Amino acid sequence: MNKRKRQNIFIALCLAPATILFLIFMVSPTVDVFRMSFFERGAYSKTENYVGLQNFGVLLKDTRFIVACQNTIFLIVVVTVVTFALALFFAACLTREKVKGNNFFRIVFYIPNILSVVVISGVFSAIYDTKNGLLNSLASVFSGKTVSVLWKSEELVVISVAIALVWQAIGYYMVMYMASMSSIPESLYESAGLDGAGKMVQFFKITIPLIWTNIRTTLTFFIISTINMAFLFVKAMTSGGPNGSSEVVLSFMYSQKDAGLYGYSMAAGVVIFIFSFALSALVNKATKRETLQY
Amino acid sequence: MNSNKLFKTFVYVSLILLAVSIIVPVAWVFLASIKENKEFYGNPWSLPQGFYFQNFLEAFKKAGMGQYMLNSIIVTVVALILLLIIALPAAYCLARFNFKGRNILNTAFAAGLFVNVNYIVVPIFLMLKDGDSFLKNIFGKGFLLNNLFILALVYASTALPFTIYLLRSYFVALPHEFEEAGYIDGAGYFSTMVKIIFPMARPSIITVILFNFLSFWNEYIVSLTLLSAAGGRKTLPVGLINLMQGQQAKAQYGVMYAGLVLVMLPTLILYILVQKKLTEGMTVGGVKG
Repeated sequence: MNKRKRQNIFIALCLAPATILFLIFMVSPTVDVFRMSFFERGAYSKTENYVGLQNFGVLLKDTRFIVACQNTIFLIVVVTVVTFALALFFAACLTREKVKGNNFFRIVFYIPNILSVVVISGVFSAIYDTKNGLLNSLASVFSGKTVSVLWKSEELVVISVAIALVWQAIGYYMVMYMASMSSIPESLYESAGLDGAGKMVQFFKITIPLIWTNIRTTLTFFIISTINMAFLFVKAMTSGGPNGSSEVVLSFMYSQKDAGLYGYSMAAGVVIFIFSFALSALVNKATKRETLQY
Repeated sequence: MNSNKLFKTFVYVSLILLAVSIIVPVAWVFLASIKENKEFYGNPWSLPQGFYFQNFLEAFKKAGMGQYMLNSIIVTVVALILLLIIALPAAYCLARFNFKGRNILNTAFAAGLFVNVNYIVVPIFLMLKDGDSFLKNIFGKGFLLNNLFILALVYASTALPFTIYLLRSYFVALPHEFEEAGYIDGAGYFSTMVKIIFPMARPSIITVILFNFLSFWNEYIVSLTLLSAAGGRKTLPVGLINLMQGQQAKAQYGVMYAGLVLVMLPTLILYILVQKKLTEGMTVGGVKG
């Protein structure tokens, strides 16, 4: 009996700090996002007035928010599709093809993932600079005339952000896929090769089905992390500009907080919260297959 | 056979293209950081004419990057220590003991994996701000915002779900004989945990430290929000944003690129030293902050 009691005290002491901090800094702020979206709160006073769904009503008519939603969805789709395809391709190259310098490529491809988003946005400002940027000067050399594309103009800025996002993410997902691809037994490919299956057929009939569980997990990551990374990149690279044309939902939320419109800001937070969970659940459901074993 | 060769060439070309697109811009920033300011008006592809170390001195002293670096080191180290002290025992208990509420806690921490700190940074800011105005009424001074220690505490707390998840999956797989041996020797719960279990978990602990070091060192949204006082303490990435905006306006590019190098050099060195561990550990954890 005494032993039982001592054990319970030990468990309580071990778990108390983590649980308390988790409640204070994660659970309560999450609940607050939802609660505050129904209130209006002044920038300088603590008083909150209940306004019901008014914040959401205003949000739906706010053109800046609508642009932010469009950009977010565009980035999720484009960045996911491009990164997914490239990461799978490069993972397959490095595991299936006997490439010289295999290790070197893996190490280099992962580098963007360890850099701060602020550093990456600095690197890309050197790439995108209109007058002395690496991209334009390279294009000038190849085309023979002065190229001065405005990479951060209203028309191109979202695509420029998408390129930076893909650049940053490829290595991470590639390493994830490489791990599961390298555990597929070589004999499967050998017998498929004997049956006359080419590389493409092998890739789609053996590799993809066998790493399907891994692909499903990463698709959920793609959604959550693109929403988040798009915010980090936009905030550091463009601050949502020019003219709000590169705003994404989280950066919109943050700018409303800076404007002191806390309730309104949180209404945008609720939208992105629900959106990301719903989309993840949907993708999870749509990609459900019977697990294959080898 | 010919199409096979063609495919192989295609593979190499794509691999080299991607590698170049990563190495060239990063190397360019390193070279740009030692260029004199007038060199930025010519061809961007020209090599630096000399080693203009002045940029680094200016970034370090005048732009305050030295102080920011010290702040970043303090925040990162404190956050890592707090995180390990808090997460290790919690993960151990969640993995090794049966008690009431264990499933609820496990589910709660797992759900926390899906809540990114950037989603909840505004309520955290408001909570600390309200706390400060409350403290001001009593002590005449608030100390929750613009406090490096509180920032470290927020970093550690929001890293708990990922860290507990990773450590727990390691502890679950250990055979129970280890603890029984400890108890037979007369060791209590606490000393068994600290002296027998934790040393065995060293590989997982190193993975946890690596990932969280990178995420704390590189983080900037929470830092920007919680250390908001003008002229107050900043961490390195936030200082870099200010430097980038300031130097671009003043067209002093060399100092800006020196600042970039100062932020990325520590992570690059660490990466080169432990790259194997990092990419291996990732597939165990498999979650990104």
